[in-house]
Amino acid sequence: MTTQQALLSPVTILRQFKKNGVTHVVYLPDSETNHLFLAMEEDPDIDVISVGREAETMAIAAGLLVGGKKPVCLVQNTGMMESGDSIRGLGMDCNLPIVMVIGYRGWTRWGITPDSAARLTEPTLNAWGVHYYLVEHDGDADRISLAFEEAARTSRPVAVLVGDEYHGFNRPNLDEERRRVQAQTGRG
Amino acid sequence: MIKYDALMQVLSKQRGKALVVPTMTAGASWSQTSAAPSRDLPISGAMGKASSFALGLALAQPDTSVIVLDGDGSLLMNLGTMATIAGKRPKNLYHFVLNNGVYAITGGQPIAADGIIDFSEVANGAGYAATFTFDDIEDFAGRVSEVFATEGPVFVTFRMQPEVQNEPIGRRPRDPRARSTVAAIMDLRKELRTL
Repeated sequence: MTTQQALLSPVTILRQFKKNGVTHVVYLPDSETNHLFLAMEEDPDIDVISVGREAETMAIAAGLLVGGKKPVCLVQNTGMMESGDSIRGLGMDCNLPIVMVIGYRGWTRWGITPDSAARLTEPTLNAWGVHYYLVEHDGDADRISLAFEEAARTSRPVAVLVGDEYHGFNRPNLDEERRRVQAQTGRG
Repeated sequence: MIKYDALMQVLSKQRGKALVVPTMTAGASWSQTSAAPSRDLPISGAMGKASSFALGLALAQPDTSVIVLDGDGSLLMNLGTMATIAGKRPKNLYHFVLNNGVYAITGGQPIAADGIIDFSEVANGAGYAATFTFDDIEDFAGRVSEVFATEGPVFVTFRMQPEVQNEPIGRRPRDPRARSTVAAIMDLRKELRTL
């Protein structure tokens, strides 16, 4: 893997949303997703719905799905845990294919983290029986499509964990960030 | 104070083609009254989230009125929904809270700030397009056309006479004719042709 490939671009996520026909992104901001938010706001094909608490996102998404739209929920792992009753009661019990893109706060590739949000993310999803796909860099982007396909095929919620441990999406200047990483590593 | 049956009768006559999303105590009462169950979707599986579901439905079906029959305890569990709804400004959403002051289905314990909180004032402060409050069914029956002619999001507080259930949920008789939520979703999606 090159250093360039190690980046996960907000543009990559947005392209995946559009490829899968997403009409609405229902989200609560977190430290990992600001740059993605800016990209979504500029896109005329996607309606961004900002909520006050993460558990609203799954319920709003459920209504959009029943009404014929294709939403995606965008929350942090802490918000996913807060949303358990909505995921259970609407996604799982109502057989609704809700795709949740979840910022994996605290995630590290070597698995050691002081952040309980990270330590409990996958055990929580496993306990709920929610399948998930880990996305770390642009090369993993097709896993987002796999998540949409699985949700549609099984009529169940599916999660995409965004494990970009170095940067999240919150990059004020992607080009500058790429140059900085290249200068540090000598690779491009 | 308004009785549940009386309110449901008025709403049933006036709903037109509106989609109705009832929750908790209102769900049982509405299901006995509604003449168009294929356009109803009772939501009880995610506590407090009926209004959020209704918002999604209203945004997806902007040319159809959506009525959510919320509970006061349910709304308190998800009070941020009022800011979310006000922020999206769905013209076709009618958010009705049935304010009986208690958690009726769990034995009648009082809600937080019972007798103190004014939900219509909260909605007004959140930024709903219009708010109403009714504590008399004749008053509402006389103004229901005005309510539905008002561009949303509209919020209405109904001051209700509590109908408390004390039997534990697991021991309550179940209506064998009652649809599951999954079946109700399928019916509604067929009705809306969104399958």
